[in-house]
Amino acid sequence: MYGNLSITEPAGADRYAEDPEKLAEFEAKIERGEKIEPTDWMPREYRRQLLRMIEQHAHSEIIGALPEGTWITRAPGFKRKMALMAKVQDEIGHGQLLYSAAETLGKSREQMLTDLLTGKAKYSNVFNYPAMTWADTAVIAWLIDAAAIINQVTNAKGSYGPYSRALERICTEESFHLKYGYDNVVTLATGTKKQKEMVQEALNRWWKPIMHFFGPPDTVSQHTAVLMRWKVKIASNDQMRQQFLDSYVPKIWELGLTVPDPNLRKNPDTGQWEYSDPDWDEFWRVINGNGPCNKERLAVRRWVEESGAWVRRALMKPDAQYVAPLC
Amino acid sequence: MEHRAALEDLLFRMADDALIYGHRNSEWTGLAPILEEDIAFSSIAQDKLGHALALYTMLGQLGHPDPDTLAFTRQERQFRCCHLVELPTQDYAVALMRHALFDYAERNRYRLLEQSSFAPLAALAQKVRGEIKYHTFHASTWLRLLGREGTDESRARMQAALEMLFPYALGIFEPSRYEDELRASGIFAGEEELRQRWLDEIIPLLEEAGYRVPPLDSVQPCYGGRSGYHTEHLQPLLDEMTAVFRIDPSAEW
Ligand SMILES: [Fe+2]
Ligand SMILES: [Fe+2]
Repeated sequence: MYGNLSITEPAGADRYAEDPEKLAEFEAKIERGEKIEPTDWMPREYRRQLLRMIEQHAHSEIIGALPEGTWITRAPGFKRKMALMAKVQDEIGHGQLLYSAAETLGKSREQMLTDLLTGKAKYSNVFNYPAMTWADTAVIAWLIDAAAIINQVTNAKGSYGPYSRALERICTEESFHLKYGYDNVVTLATGTKKQKEMVQEALNRWWKPIMHFFGPPDTVSQHTAVLMRWKVKIASNDQMRQQFLDSYVPKIWELGLTVPDPNLRKNPDTGQWEYSDPDWDEFWRVINGNGPCNKERLAVRRWVEESGAWVRRALMKPDAQYVAPLC
Repeated sequence: MEHRAALEDLLFRMADDALIYGHRNSEWTGLAPILEEDIAFSSIAQDKLGHALALYTMLGQLGHPDPDTLAFTRQERQFRCCHLVELPTQDYAVALMRHALFDYAERNRYRLLEQSSFAPLAALAQKVRGEIKYHTFHASTWLRLLGREGTDESRARMQAALEMLFPYALGIFEPSRYEDELRASGIFAGEEELRQRWLDEIIPLLEEAGYRVPPLDSVQPCYGGRSGYHTEHLQPLLDEMTAVFRIDPSAEW
């Protein structure tokens, strides 16, 4: 759910107290459609919410690389192996871009990675579910990336310059991921009996996390209204979820696959999709650290931090110059 | 075609090295000490897979099956990779040191092959020159950063990795029974020539970066891979690599 978790919490009392003149100027700027840049004045709550949002997004990219990453060594055939390697590599690159965007708001990448390990910072809930088979990776690359694109295209219209520019770059790459994922799902859905079963089962497993992806229905609050006015939040969770269902449910059906929800249908009168309650209790359980893979994901990141600490220590030597050999 | 067996043996050695080494490097995606290295190791791994694909495709043109069949269905004994690329590692020092040792050999191998009388191989060598230049640049940068410019800790870790890997690295140059034929036909200058060129390059490089190279006469090279005898690590790697493909090898994936 990338950015949306941060704004479902209730607002504190004087969180919005700011110099009225500066605030008016800031809001006028956003109203005119201009971007806010790192050195511009901004309300404290604007900075705080954006930082949390971008940081969560960055964490989601690098944690999101793990469930698919474990399938790189098992990808069937050159074509898939090379495509999956490139995709997961892109996701890490997105993380890198987003950490840089977040750093412009005053928090270092190191501090963010520390907060990820202590559980202080969150990441998208979907990545706390396991990719059990090869078909799961296909469903992830198609539908999770599709959902991420909807979220990111929306957020790219936001008011913070560095974030919105990072998202534009990211979206170009995401569209390749979606293509790869769709091609992978089509191959399985039109393949042998076993392959069809694999992909249907994977879709069944992933449907609930997909429904959770955009976050719970937004509560109508003063808080949401302010964040919308500041263009931190652009669309409601439900708007994005409806957009996703509109674009992808027909494509799923077209492939002869079914969605594991007997109540899923588009109401012809309202034009809205109706569906069973996707179990928001589970959503909160998983967010709060009790999903199937929360511990495992963080254990992997902790291994990375600990086993690689000697390398980072060597790079931090003041007389050593680190040159990133890539790019 | 003349010298077919000699040529095929060379192509299998190179392709299997690239495939297995690329596979090992891809294991670091998401696990490297800094994000920049996740990206770099993945990028190198993708290039290696590309080289393997090109070499298996050449074998296909010589009458062998398609690349997926060659990579995903052969038995362990049919592989011709050297032991160096098979070693699993959870230690980034070992991964980086192997990268340096192997890719400097690759660079010199492809340089020699630019003159190959087998035109497709000469063309491939030209084509991959830029990629391999980046691989060795990346390796030498890190040798220096963690060696002379690093900490005592990083130097010690890298030195230990070098000592552990050096016998395996010499195994890259395990001679085949086709050396004379390859040389005479102008296909390839041979493993001994390659080994000499590699040593001329890697020893000064390692020493300048702050490492002690084990004296050559004290090192017994790890041979066997080129004739199909492998470490205990190759079979599990192949089992993992082919796990999905084997569900139905006749299916399209
Ligand atoms: Fe991404
Ligand atoms: Fe993606």
